[in-house]
Amino acid sequence: MAHSGSTAVKRPISPHLTIWKWGPAMLVSILHRASGDGMALVGLPVLLWWLAALVGGADSYAAFSAHATAWYGRVVLIGLSWAFFNHMCSGLRHFVMDIGAGYELKRNALWSVLSPLVAIVVTAAFWAAILLR
Amino acid sequence: MGNGTSIGKVRGLGSAHSGSQHWLLQRFTAIGLLLLGLFFAGAFLQLPNFEYKTVRDWIVQPLPATAAALFVICAFWHARLGLQVLVEDYFHEPANKFTMMALLNLATFAGAAFGLFAIVRLALGAAA
Repeated sequence: MAHSGSTAVKRPISPHLTIWKWGPAMLVSILHRASGDGMALVGLPVLLWWLAALVGGADSYAAFSAHATAWYGRVVLIGLSWAFFNHMCSGLRHFVMDIGAGYELKRNALWSVLSPLVAIVVTAAFWAAILLR
Repeated sequence: MGNGTSIGKVRGLGSAHSGSQHWLLQRFTAIGLLLLGLFFAGAFLQLPNFEYKTVRDWIVQPLPATAAALFVICAFWHARLGLQVLVEDYFHEPANKFTMMALLNLATFAGAAFGLFAIVRLALGAAA
């Protein structure tokens, strides 16, 4: 604060366990876990419900469809598709980092920002293609 | 990462003595889910609508039915590996951790079995 310009002391931005500065890599990590566990805990039961409704016949499928096309069903399904594309984008980022690439600070931050943004764009495009056909 | 001993490198276990297999399986199932997920996203976009007859006539075909069965296996396997990390991170008491892992195994195996049963029954036309 007291000094500005090139003479300012470079203080650590994350000096202790509970004091840190938010960075995009933290966000993409948290989103990866949230979207993955969200799909596991919500998406897989919905998948089984959908399959069971198909087995059950036209009436049980109609019951599933009524919930799936209601506003709350749309919220869940759009949320799950976002979770899928988000987890896919950050998962692809993990594959790149698994081979030892992309750890440079600027490049890492760039893809940490791009990954969730691409996921939102793809989710929007997916639903636009479904709802506008 | 240290250099390790020669036998240590061969075993690939590191200081935790476990985890490499978990890590690799998570990647292998992720690759499967990437391919299958994109297959189903594309297939959903190609379906003219999501009416009962349309969806059923589509999924009982050999390729979509096989892909659906593989998706169920990959998804429940990958979810079990992912939720295991969640349990290990957030349940600190050994008894709670054991209980959650037992419940997780029951839930994922039961879910996968039910999903596969549903697909087999659809594809082999035993139901309505």
